[in-house]
Parts: sequence; structure tokens; C-alpha cells
Amino acid sequence: MKLALEVNGEPRAVEVSPWKRLLDVLRDDLRLTGTKEGCGEGECGACTVELDGEAVNSCLVAAGQCDGRRVTTVEGLARGELLHAVQRQLVACGGAQCGICTPGIAVCAAHVVDRGLVAGCDDATARARVRELLAGNICRCTGYQLIVDAVIAAAREVAS
Amino acid sequence: MEHARPPVPPVGRSVPRVDGVAKVTGRAQYLDDLDAHGAWHGATVRSQVAHGVLEAIELDPAFDWSEVCVVTAADIRGKNVIALIEDDQPALVPIGGRVMHCDEALALVAAPTRALAFAAIRSVRPRIAPRPPVFDVDAALAGAQQLYGPSGGDNVFKRFLIRKGHATDAELDAAFAAAAQVIEGRYQTSPQEQMYIEPQAMMASWQGGRCHIVGSMQCPYYVHKAMKALLACDADGVVVAQSVTGGGFGGKEEYPSMLAAHVALLAHKAGRAVKMVYDRDEDIAATTKRHPCRTHHRLAIDARGEICAIDIDVVMDGGAYLTLSPVVLSRGVLHAAGPYRCPVVRVRGRVVATNHPPHGAFRGFGAPQTTFAYERQIQKLARLRGEDPLALRKRLALRSGDTTATGQLLGASVGTDEVFAAIEGVAGAPPVRDGVNRHGAPIRRGRGVCFYFHGAGFTGSGEQRLAGRATLAATGDGFEVRSSSAEIGQGSITIFTQLAAAALGVDPAEVHVIDPTTSRVPDSGPTVASRTAMVVGAVVDRAARALRARLEAWAAEHGVTGSLAAIARACVAKAGGEITETVTYEPPPGIAWDDATYTGAAYPVYGWAACLVDVEIDLDTCEVAIQRCVQAVDVGKAINPTIVRGQIEGGTLQALGWAVLENVVYKDGKVANANMTNCIVPTFADAPDLETILVEVPYPFGPGGAKGVGEIPMDGPAAAVANAVEDALGCAFDELPISPEAISASRPRWEAP
Repeated sequence: MKLALEVNGEPRAVEVSPWKRLLDVLRDDLRLTGTKEGCGEGECGACTVELDGEAVNSCLVAAGQCDGRRVTTVEGLARGELLHAVQRQLVACGGAQCGICTPGIAVCAAHVVDRGLVAGCDDATARARVRELLAGNICRCTGYQLIVDAVIAAAREVAS
Repeated sequence: MEHARPPVPPVGRSVPRVDGVAKVTGRAQYLDDLDAHGAWHGATVRSQVAHGVLEAIELDPAFDWSEVCVVTAADIRGKNVIALIEDDQPALVPIGGRVMHCDEALALVAAPTRALAFAAIRSVRPRIAPRPPVFDVDAALAGAQQLYGPSGGDNVFKRFLIRKGHATDAELDAAFAAAAQVIEGRYQTSPQEQMYIEPQAMMASWQGGRCHIVGSMQCPYYVHKAMKALLACDADGVVVAQSVTGGGFGGKEEYPSMLAAHVALLAHKAGRAVKMVYDRDEDIAATTKRHPCRTHHRLAIDARGEICAIDIDVVMDGGAYLTLSPVVLSRGVLHAAGPYRCPVVRVRGRVVATNHPPHGAFRGFGAPQTTFAYERQIQKLARLRGEDPLALRKRLALRSGDTTATGQLLGASVGTDEVFAAIEGVAGAPPVRDGVNRHGAPIRRGRGVCFYFHGAGFTGSGEQRLAGRATLAATGDGFEVRSSSAEIGQGSITIFTQLAAAALGVDPAEVHVIDPTTSRVPDSGPTVASRTAMVVGAVVDRAARALRARLEAWAAEHGVTGSLAAIARACVAKAGGEITETVTYEPPPGIAWDDATYTGAAYPVYGWAACLVDVEIDLDTCEVAIQRCVQAVDVGKAINPTIVRGQIEGGTLQALGWAVLENVVYKDGKVANANMTNCIVPTFADAPDLETILVEVPYPFGPGGAKGVGEIPMDGPAAAVANAVEDALGCAFDELPISPEAISASRPRWEAP
């Protein structure tokens, strides 16, 4: 099929099988390798992207489902060299170690922060919400603590 | 003009990771992200039979093989082994050779697409004459089948015996006979999957007769050594480079040599680059796990409540090949008696061959298994005596001036009192035992503590034998650190940047740690054993000091003034090339180890840690929720406190996961839960907020006072969880994982009125 997408704000068109995973369209056809594959079955969240404003596992989405839709990947979070608040705080707080889960976490966390999903919560509630909202993204390095710190810090930065 | 010195010393400061921005933007290139235009994809034909003899490998004539390259053992020019400790594991099972486990590699294919490669492996038909498999360590010990060693033997890969304070078994028996009380327990820990999020991945190409390997790995020189044997080439015949690596935890210590062997053979025969990236299922099924372990532990107490004798027997399932099992067992037995005073100790250990896929390195390397046993025993002692569990540990703990089980006299950097004080300072009141959770289910709460230690660096004389080296170079464009230590997420390149910058007296921005590629870096040893910051870091520190001294001497001689960077530029320009200093590891003074008797200084120094865990158990679902986890760790000196915290917290959660939910289930020798849906690890929602306290009791021979930190957080928390569950339910849990099924099955024990 001829697949037309908007990826990180730019229109893109590729000729692919409708059964091809969105993950492979991004990585192989568009050479956007920031999106990672950790399990291929929707468990680890390393392949998380935004599809029309929803955070999804791109390994579970077929190209045929994506025609005419908007995709945001980790490459689309920063504005040039200006990092998204979530990216800046992940670096500042030590929320990235080996980094393979980080693109998925950054996309999901940016989704949480940009939509104000923890806005106005007290600290304990905000932390619990972040843990719930990011529960589809597995990190094996950090124990999650410093990622939660980073997301809370980014949410505060965006709110202020 | 004199450049301003950095305002804050770079050691002890949480500078941001040097690879942080590349990782959060998705620019960091892991193996599967590299441009591999024209590379073929490799896939592996596996045995699917746990034990047997490979009689033939047939190719389905109905399949179109014209665009597929097939490799078997017959294509190997050098030695058909994955060289590591012992040459017992083949790269590919030859015709007539023994198949030792279900996921053994028999043949390889490469094809232009991954889909075609996987279609091809389904059309390869190995014929295997099965033999009875052995999965049970007792059956293996009884010699049910010959798997390792002589026929009719006990299949033991390696055994150790440690004796302290007695010469014969009769003397040990006498010590137990004289005891006021003896506590005896049997403990079982489960295999554990490392579950790095980047699966194993490797690529090879041949240029001018030289093999180039790049991939996800912890130990470039291990791969280099294995390739020299397999490819029958000298050191220059193969170059191994690490790509950005998405986690290792020990799981990329030994197995990458297997992938490297496979892609090297395929690339040679196919005449083009070949890459191999495992599916998650294949990765879980075929690669190494933490050794399942059974520990029988006897603790003798005298009338004053002092430990007077300890007797421990450790049996690990090594799986089909020897791999790193002897070293894992060594670390297990060396930590088995725990950080407690005791005059009489016997530790026996055996690691046994079975037809499981080989077990291997995983953070902690044998110590988490034996720590679980001794910390359960100490808990039982506290219950028996009615003594506060933390106070009891504090009373019995090793301190400077005491000796360990191997007779090592402890000197500086024993943070026992400091870690206890840290835990006491934040412990607060224990949770109320009975309650109701937010779903209205009855709950029980409990608190558990534990105390543990972990030897940093290689065991015994390992570091001297290895003699790791590192190079500091002034290139004219700044300073380069060259070592074979692999950045696998633990932060080594940031730590080395800080150490080199501090020693040189330059801004960290002027220091660049290059990627480890065997043709460009000396062998600093593998990235294992909590040794990178402490051991290699100290070598980097010395190399940087040597380079600085040399540059300053040159400047004085030539009347050059200015910053070290300016001096370096002038010196390099004058010399017409880079200025380098390569330094070799030097052991700290007074370290003596006897490998024959297993006595002496097992490690140059130990980390010390205490942990407190509060749990809540839903009595309907039998789930254990960890409500609180505090860990205080003596790290010597935190070179980068945020990175050190990240190490401790990551290791802690792996331990908490191992305690309550992680497990690798074998069925007929095959991993039955080889996917992330069923082989679960903790998520954000499973993890509690982790409280981490960095205790700094400096190690005089570590860089800036630092000592190893990578593994210690994995050792203790599982026992703390078991102790907390026992506190909540009033009955013992001596097997991992303490799953809802385990708690439910023991309902009669804890529900009794």
C-alpha cells in the first residue's frame, strides 16, 4: 500500500505492506532508529510512539492502521537542539542509564507532561500517577526512582 | 592566558552523564540501529532436544536455498569452541557430536532478509539420536548420565572447600556438638533472567582477511580471545568493537562470544556483512541465567548467643557447559558465611552439569544465592533468641580487626557501623501488622532487615594475573581515555571522564573516553565484578597523573606556560604526534591469597550494606507488595552520587523482583516462559519508592576512595523481603520466588489460629 503519514510534523509517504509493523516502517523505511524494539509483543514499551496523540506500542500497530495519521517519535520531542523538558530532566536526574528503554519512556513521559496528566496533584499522588501511567514501559537499569523524579521535575517545569 | 580551573572538583559531583543527551534524543546507535546496508541477516538452527547425538543435518529440498548461506561445524577453520575457561562448549555441534541442551546451536543461516533467514532455519532438519536427559542436580551428582568428566563420575564442574578454625571434619563436628543451639535450614533460589532491554546483537564483516566484529557486549577482549581460537588467527586477525549496549547485568559477559562466532562464520562464507539480532524469545531461551542454587546452612550458637561454628553446603546447577560456573561458585562460597564473626567455618560448594542451557554471570555472581541463605539463618537466630533483628546483626557483624571465613584480616574501609547507623536513623516504627487494603481485602504487614557485604574486584590474585591496562593520551585536540571497559549503562565513561579530568586538573569537557575497540584500546579486563570504577578507574587515575607529570615536566623544560590543555597542544605539535601514558594495574600492598587452600585476602576490599523492607501481603490474592525499601551502602566514595544511586536502585529492584515475582520456569529442560509476557520483571507500578543512603568509608587504594558498587545492591534485598514476609505471616519462606502461589500453598501454616 501507499502509506501517507505525518511523522514529527512532516508529511511522509512510503510504499509498504499493510501488515508491516509501524515500528519497522519507522526504523527501516524512514530510518528513524530512535524507536527501539525490546520484545516485539507489547510488553516492554521501548517502541512507544504517539499516534494521533495516543501513546501506543508501535510493534503492535500495523502500517494499514496508520494511513493519514500523525506520529510522534523520540526524534520529534526536541525543537532543534532545545530538548523537551522530559529529556532535559531525564539527563539531569539520572533517569537514563543504558538508554535502550529511554526513547519509549521519553515519548510516554512527554505525553503525560504535555497533557498535564499529573498537574495539580500533590507529590505523593503525582508519583503514584506517574508510576501507573508509565507502567507499560520497562526499564531494567534504574529501579525507576530517578525516572519518576525526572518526570515530576519536568511536569513542574512545564507547569511553571 | 591562564585558563580558569573548574570551580568544583569533578570527583564527588553529579555531573550529567556524557552519553545522556544522545540517549534521550534517540541518537545513540545500538547495533540494530547501525547502517548495515547490504548486510545479510543471520539465524540459528537449535537442537530442541536436551540430550543426544547429532547424526545428520538435512536441508529440505523443497526450499529454495539459492539465496541462503548455510554454515555448519564443518565450516570452522580453527577450534570449534567458545574459548573462555574451559574449551568444552562448541560454537556449533558437529555431526557425531553431543547435543547437551535444548537450545544448542547446530547450524546457521544467513539471507538477505530476516524473514527469509527464519523461513530457512525452519527448513533445516537436524537428526538427533536422543539420550536420557538429566535436569536434577542430585541425579547428575549420582551419575545418572555422563555429562562432564569421567564416565560414572559425579558431573561436578568445580568444587571448593573453605576451612577456618579447624583442620578436620571431626573437629568441625566437635564444635557443633559443643554448641548451645544449632539452627539448620535449606534454601533454594530460582534461576533469573537478566532481561537487558536490548536483546543480544552482533555484526561481522571481513575486510582483507581480517574479521571485524561489532556488537552489544560487556567484554570486548573475551570476544577477541574466543575469535582467535575459532578463526585460527593472531591478535591482529580480528577486531572487536562494542556498540552502544542496552544493558548487560552479566548477561553480555560470555554469550556475546557465541553470537560473534556465528556472525563471523556466516560473514566469511556469505562473503558479506552479516548481522544477528535475537528475538526476545530466543534470547530468554538460549542465553545464560543466574544459577539456581540450593544451600544447606547450619549455624551453631554458644551459651552467650555468639556464633561459634558455621557449616554450609552449596550446590549450583551449572547447566550444560562449564562457562563461568567455577568463578560464580567461587564468589558464592566466599560470601556464604556472611559478614559475621565466627571462629569455625566450613563451606563446601559444588557446581554440577545438567542438560539445562548453561547458567552464567548475573550481577552478584553467586553471592545473592548464598546471601539469601545466611540472612534467613540470621533472621531465624533473632527469632529464636527474641532479639531485635537489626541489633543482633549489629552485635555479630564483622568490623576492622576481625577475620573473614578465609582468614582475611579486615583493615580499612569497613563501613559496618556507618550502614547500621544510617538504617537506624531512618527506620521509624515498624508497620502495624493487621489491616485492610484499598480493595477491602485483609492484609498483613511486616518488616525485614538484612546486612551483607560484597568483595569488589576479581577474587584473590585475579587482578594481578590479569594486569589490566589503560592509556591516557594527549591528542592535541584534548585528552583521550582508552580502556576496554564497556559502558553498559552503569556510567563508566562518565566516571572515567571525571577521574581523568580531576587527575589532569582540566575541565571534564576536555576529556573524551573512546569506545572500546580492541585495535585501539589496551586490555583493561572485562566489565564485571564491581571492578570498573574501582580497579580500572584507579589505573585511569594513575595514567592521567603520569601524563600530567610528563606534560608539566616538558613545559618546565621548555618554558611553556598556560593550562595543561595548552601545554598538551604545544607538546603534541612539537612531538609531531600524540603523547600517551599506559599504566598497568598494581595490587595494593599486603594482599596475599592462597588459591590452593582458599585462604587469605579473597578481595582487596568489601562493600558493606544494610537494607530494610516493609511488606504488605494481601491475604486474598497472596500478593506481596513492597511498601518501603531502604538501602544503605558503603561505597567508599561516590565519584558521581547520582550515577551511584542509579546503580544501587537498579540492583535493588532486580533483587526485589527476584524475591517476589521473577522466575525462569524449565519444562523438560526448555524455558517454558521464554517471553516478556510470562517471564516478568518489575514495572513502574510494581516498584516502591526506593530510599538510598550513600555511606562513604573511603578505600585508600580506590580512585578518590571509591570501591565497587555494581553488584552489592543485588545481594541482600531478597532476604530482607523473605524476612519481612516471615515477620508478617509468622512462618518461614526459604525458597524464591515468594510468589502468590507459594504464599497461597503455605496458607495452612500462616492461617492457623
